[in-house]
Amino acid sequence: MHAAVLEMIYNQRNEIKENWSEKMTLVRNDVFKEKVPKTLFQDTNEEFAALIFNSFDAELEDGRAFLRSFAEKLIRMGWPLSYFTKGMQTFRRVVLESISSGSEIPSKKMYETFYEIEEWVDEMVNQLVDEYSGSWETTLHQQRLALKELSAPLIPVFDNISVMPLIGTIDTERAKLIMENLLDGIIEHRSQVVLIDITGVPVVDTMVAHHIIQASEAVRLVGAECILVGIRPEIAQTIVNLGIDLGKFPTKSSLRKGIETGMELTKRQIINV
Amino acid sequence: MSVQSSVEVHTEWGIVSARQAGRNLAKEIGFGSVDQARVTTAISELARNIYLYAEKGEIIIETIEQYHSSGAKKGIKITAKDRGPGIKNIREVMEDGFTTSGGLGAGLPGVKRLMDDFDIDSVVGEGTVITAVKWLR
Repeated sequence: MHAAVLEMIYNQRNEIKENWSEKMTLVRNDVFKEKVPKTLFQDTNEEFAALIFNSFDAELEDGRAFLRSFAEKLIRMGWPLSYFTKGMQTFRRVVLESISSGSEIPSKKMYETFYEIEEWVDEMVNQLVDEYSGSWETTLHQQRLALKELSAPLIPVFDNISVMPLIGTIDTERAKLIMENLLDGIIEHRSQVVLIDITGVPVVDTMVAHHIIQASEAVRLVGAECILVGIRPEIAQTIVNLGIDLGKFPTKSSLRKGIETGMELTKRQIINV
Repeated sequence: MSVQSSVEVHTEWGIVSARQAGRNLAKEIGFGSVDQARVTTAISELARNIYLYAEKGEIIIETIEQYHSSGAKKGIKITAKDRGPGIKNIREVMEDGFTTSGGLGAGLPGVKRLMDDFDIDSVVGEGTVITAVKWLR
């Protein structure tokens, strides 16, 4: 940036900062609806302003590091990105106002100066947006992985008997996982009976039923037996209304009944001692 | 007076949010758990048809009232609208077991059985509008 501009901003830093802080109260009402304590907001503003002014002096890499740690702190606090972007926009407006009101810059150079300030503010905004979206992407990615791990677990409960509890909505991707985990798990645990528990599935429509039918058919092909358990009364009625034929494989109302049947099928029983 | 919500369906998540909106409204009106499940499942079928065949469209869920000599009755009305390829032969799709996607072919006839009133309006090349109503008893 031009030395003259820098010097001007530097000379008027207190004035700029005051103007800016004042305008930021509007942002507070706008972004936070006054939910953030005033002192915390002022402290953060103070830090933000210091950061902005520092970015003139500090070397490029240092400036970036400062900005990153500041952004990280606020991401942890759950402050929205709009606080940053509005803050920077307000700052730009304040600086431009004080430049155009002052006479230190000849009007011929005005456009150039505007352009430079614009560029510098944009640079900072871009970096902040990068920090924020990067953190969102990481969170999203981690949650997706976590969800995938949870989506179709096969649990061996007894010798030769495994349970797959399903909770939540079943979409195409999950249906694929269910099929894969079922078949892999049956081979791995040498299961003869698998129980698919749909207690936690909110809606059983034709697609979900279709996937379950296909999965149980595949289970039959690898030489095991599939029992559908946890059919709630209202689900039973909708299945009948839809006209879905689940007659080909055994169903039980609860997991407990399913395990008893599984025991019978593998010629064992649970007794009291 | 009618409460209305409209959900756009162009991903599988749209199906889930349409379903959620339907379940909430059905609960609010006072449907029992079985009818809630029926309404939700019907929405799920209609939304999935939109997603599968028309790629995008919308599900509109609203409360309706009808006046009789014996009093008013309340209900929930689902409208599924799309600008997809349309249905060539409506008689065919209302048959159990008819499918073009390799599914069970129970979707539309199933929805008709789940709900009280059912109506299809479809023009090939222009789109389909399906309305279905469930009355509160």
